[in-house]
Amino acid sequence: MTSFIIRRLALSVVLLFIISIISFFIVTLTPGSPYPWGELNPKISPEVKATFRKKFHLDQPLPTQYAFIMRDLFTGNLRSIKDDRPVMSRILERLPATLSLNFTAILISLSFGTLLGVYAARYAGHWQDMASSFFAFLFIALPGFWISYIVAIVLVKNFGVPILGTQSYGIAFPNELAVILDRIWHLLLPASILALGGFAAQSRYLRATMIETTREGYIRTAHAKGLSEEVVLYKHALRNSIRPLIAGIGMLLPAMISGSVVIETIFAYPGMGRLGYEAVLERDYPTLVALNFVLAALILLGNLISDLLYAAVDPRVRLE
Amino acid sequence: MTTLTAKTIQASETETPGTRIWRRFWAQPIALISVIVILFFAITAGGTAILSATGHHWPCDPNTTNLEQKLLPPSPQHWLGTDNLGRDVLSRMLHGAGISLTVGFIAVAVSLGIGLVVGAIAGYFGGLTDQILMRSVDALLCFPTFFLILTAVAILGPSMINIVVVIGLVSWTGTARLVRGEFLTLRETEYVKGARVLGQGHWSIITRHILPNAAAPILVTAVLGIPDAILTEAGLSFLGFGVQPPQATWGNIIAEGKSYLLDAWWLNLFPGLAILLAALSFYLAINALQEAAENRS
Repeated sequence: MTSFIIRRLALSVVLLFIISIISFFIVTLTPGSPYPWGELNPKISPEVKATFRKKFHLDQPLPTQYAFIMRDLFTGNLRSIKDDRPVMSRILERLPATLSLNFTAILISLSFGTLLGVYAARYAGHWQDMASSFFAFLFIALPGFWISYIVAIVLVKNFGVPILGTQSYGIAFPNELAVILDRIWHLLLPASILALGGFAAQSRYLRATMIETTREGYIRTAHAKGLSEEVVLYKHALRNSIRPLIAGIGMLLPAMISGSVVIETIFAYPGMGRLGYEAVLERDYPTLVALNFVLAALILLGNLISDLLYAAVDPRVRLE
Repeated sequence: MTTLTAKTIQASETETPGTRIWRRFWAQPIALISVIVILFFAITAGGTAILSATGHHWPCDPNTTNLEQKLLPPSPQHWLGTDNLGRDVLSRMLHGAGISLTVGFIAVAVSLGIGLVVGAIAGYFGGLTDQILMRSVDALLCFPTFFLILTAVAILGPSMINIVVVIGLVSWTGTARLVRGEFLTLRETEYVKGARVLGQGHWSIITRHILPNAAAPILVTAVLGIPDAILTEAGLSFLGFGVQPPQATWGNIIAEGKSYLLDAWWLNLFPGLAILLAALSFYLAINALQEAAENRS
């Protein structure tokens, strides 16, 4: 176990090194500069432009730039081109919002995905199964930005409820509970929309594993013992089909973070996805490099946790 | 009972695996409907492209503005209404269909090409080459794909070619893993060993002996990239980094209509439904194909 974690961490360092190179070069190898309008502006003197380039090491060759960026990233000195604040503090202040949004979305995906997956497997081959796979693919194919707008319009037009941001402003809440409920409401809507695709994918994955499991002999034995359908499905079959649920944590995370770029932008939710979109609009190279790196590291961590959980719940798995 | 068994045995003897998959695919009503929807989009997109190449437009020129007729709801003149510049939404959507399908197919071709080469090299040669290539794949899998694509497209400058290439460059990892797996298995088969003993070169073993036997699962996985790419392009267009206006795409009709959301629902509803329908049909058709290919009755 310990040696597995140590080897996994060593591998993670290698992966992070490759990740840092990819995220650096995807930003710098492409044509264009971080400040194209400034470079072309005749009113900005050449000295100012030179100072700007020197400050962000843009006058150095690419490998040197990479070394500078990585050094600054780890010493916390990497500054945003946009507002000159340390990039790490810009990212870290968005971290709680991102984590709560993605965590909620993964929770919704896993719980509802399990229900739908078990339901589809129970009626495998019947119309209930066909209907649930149709709806699963419908949810996967739903463009998140489009359904967000439709839901937002229906809610705002018919019920007049606030949906943007993390909390309602300009309302005097009677007590702490109302404040918490307000925050939960603001979290729940974007999280549910973010979870749609993951929920559907999860149900498909679980359905396939459940169907495999229900062909096992011990399921027939459980039925023969006269146990109810529910007990057989949820206690015997689901327990042995737990793999997609755990693997789902690692698999869903990249998709969730990808989706949150669009969802956070629409719902004005102050997470890392929206920070990324703003950085793209501002061509804020240091933030882009750092953000790609941090997000990839988060996903790597999610994969490691899902592997460890997998070994913890399934005694057949040996971590070697 | 006996006649039935005899029939089944006879059927499985005369049928090749290919025709069996084909028959079981078309036996599913949902597969038929999905293929019809995909063909409908392809034919209307192709027809629109041919018409506009000859200088004709149906029902209208997608870029002709008419401010007197802006934001009109669906009517007999404008079946799907007009946008904020008085352009006909149906005409714009017909042109958008071509963009979506082209992006889907070319992006998949790019990712299939890269995935095939990387996966084949890693799986066939193994060893250190395999280690290096697969660790790079692992690293690429750690990125939130959409954000990576957004970053690259925004910096390269949004254009059709850039979007297609970037989507392809980012989404080949699944194909590469599958190809590598197939190659690892097939490399050890008797006929590949036989070919090696006969002194055939690597190229001929890969293309003549391994690839044909691995083609079916690889193609199905690759094709799954088409609806993914369509959805990605729509998302990019919506954020303003897709194929640029005035060229109409389904995503940018929604993006341009979002300021008029409460008054002009048709600017949101119809292009959104088109994206949904196109992506859904591809997913359902591929799922039907996978079910048809599954090894049980």
